[in-house]
Amino acid sequence: MTDNSAAAPKPKGKKRLELDPKLAAYRGVWVFVEMERGQVHPVSWELLGEGRKLADVLEVELAALILGGDVGECDAAADQAFGYGANLAYTVADPVLADYRNQPYTRALTDLVNRYQPEILLLGATTLGRDLAGSVATTLLTGLTADCTELAIDPDNRGLLATRPTFGGSLLCTIQTLNYRPQMATVRPRVMAVPEAVSGRTGQIIQEKLQMVEEDIIAKVLEYIPDQNQEKAQLAYADIIVAGGRGMGRAENFQLLWGLARVLGAEVGGSRPVTHAGWLPAERQIGQSGKTVRPKLYIAAGISGAIQHRVGMESSDIIIAINNDPNAPIFDFATYGIVGDALQILPALTDAMRSRLSVSRRAG
Amino acid sequence: MHIVVCIKQVPDSAQIRVHPVTNTIMRQGVPAIINPFDLAAIEEALQLKDRYGARVTVLTMGPPQAEAALRKAIAYGADDVVLLTDRAFAGADTLATSFALAQAIRKLGEEEAVDLVMTGKQTIDGDTAQVGPGIAKRLDLQLLTYVSEITDLDLSAGKITVQRRSEGGVQVIKTRLPALITMLESSNTIRFASMPNMFRAERQVVPQWNRDRAGIEDASKIGLKGSPTVVSKIFTPRPSSQRAKMVGADLDATGVANAVLDVLSSDHPRFAREIGLVTP
Repeated sequence: MTDNSAAAPKPKGKKRLELDPKLAAYRGVWVFVEMERGQVHPVSWELLGEGRKLADVLEVELAALILGGDVGECDAAADQAFGYGANLAYTVADPVLADYRNQPYTRALTDLVNRYQPEILLLGATTLGRDLAGSVATTLLTGLTADCTELAIDPDNRGLLATRPTFGGSLLCTIQTLNYRPQMATVRPRVMAVPEAVSGRTGQIIQEKLQMVEEDIIAKVLEYIPDQNQEKAQLAYADIIVAGGRGMGRAENFQLLWGLARVLGAEVGGSRPVTHAGWLPAERQIGQSGKTVRPKLYIAAGISGAIQHRVGMESSDIIIAINNDPNAPIFDFATYGIVGDALQILPALTDAMRSRLSVSRRAG
Repeated sequence: MHIVVCIKQVPDSAQIRVHPVTNTIMRQGVPAIINPFDLAAIEEALQLKDRYGARVTVLTMGPPQAEAALRKAIAYGADDVVLLTDRAFAGADTLATSFALAQAIRKLGEEEAVDLVMTGKQTIDGDTAQVGPGIAKRLDLQLLTYVSEITDLDLSAGKITVQRRSEGGVQVIKTRLPALITMLESSNTIRFASMPNMFRAERQVVPQWNRDRAGIEDASKIGLKGSPTVVSKIFTPRPSSQRAKMVGADLDATGVANAVLDVLSSDHPRFAREIGLVTP
């Protein structure tokens, strides 16, 4: 399986970017507002902030797309979307859409696109967003660029310039969609900032019907098991993250990270080798093939700082790196570096933190 | 039961580093491996074979060197392999890739109907997670992404039940076969290659399918031509701002811990107050 990001063909001239008149008529920027069981994923607001900028450059409207099982939930999400910059919202409320299932969601989205013909469609690169985006793009036979870190408009042709990491994050490439519309892109949670919500802003809600009934849908959700709060890795949105790498040696040593995390009220994450070895659950992987994070403090223990990890955490405000190899690449971009054995330094750091926090808490 | 597992040979990105001075990528000597996420799919297919009996065909698209990845798959226990390779496939984006793979799977289905297509949740080089859904849509397979466990497989009824990850929990979904499953990496660990399979991996012929053999008539749907997206620019990320401030070089663990908290508190007083590291 090759793809553009890996195969990196030579850049093409502008000629192929000429649009059919039919496709040139596609107008507007759409953002898919991801709602699961009534909860809107914050990546949706991050995308609306980005979508607003694109819509302003293109001088078009920004629309929120909301699918859900309940009219009230959809309307509430639409109101929030207006606060984050949407001019209008397309909603499809149907009990069939209460749980995410690929078939009805793909159908609802492709029907809306075919009917209203937006030029750009953005989705969050979450498990739901990726499942849906790949299906919709293939159904519409249009271009989709995953995990963009930057979105801009080509002033020459109104085209979307979608920039994403490639080669495990060591290079960036800008991807354009040729003679196909809409231009689709996904963006990971936390890559873009959440815009400030303006209260009192309103917009038009256009209610659409799902052209499907339950009997048409083959997949049935037998059960939904919500994550326990303790297990639920709120990694992407954590303020403090304590992360471990291969240098932690073995699974048991992660107790040291959990201990420090408890004292700090932090989340625990790890690099790819660590989740691959099963020392941490997969959803706690940070990096190009895991999650993107931007905490205020990131403590990296026994992580070498390979590019694939780096792209997922380098936006952290403060990075403290502990590694016994003075030449580890993590010291090239961390804020503070400690050369030493993470297994000895972590307990010391935990003790020092604990005593300082309790002193200041008593004083405060 | 016929299971087709789609894999990709990728450079081991954990070993790609950026030169600290020139900020260029250092790719020399980086080994090519089977995409680690695809190993979970191979293992799951082999476990289904152990339990229910199945023919496991491993399929990849890539340059002729990708044959090594398929031999490895045979060593793990794959029955058959196919290497989809043709210059005409070069430069394919995910849409063109899913078209070519779907065609090859259709062709494989002519020999023996395909019940399940399996692959990893994404690759570690492209990271798009788009090819799986793309194949499913093109072949009208039931799509089940981010699967952690196949909990039930009823071959006579043609039904499958899986657990799949969603953002805030786990969905238990029952659907029909044929289906396409993308496996979560932590679902299982690849087995060791057995001695007989290792011998077989050396001897077995790896069929190479070009465009014609895969039954692809329309060349406008593959490779660069079949790709709606195009790379317009490739560039290096801006170099990192600065090297880390090294702390506590000659101190013991407790000394280092206190030194780093001291420097953190004085450089970032607001954050230190916020988390209660210093008294407001």
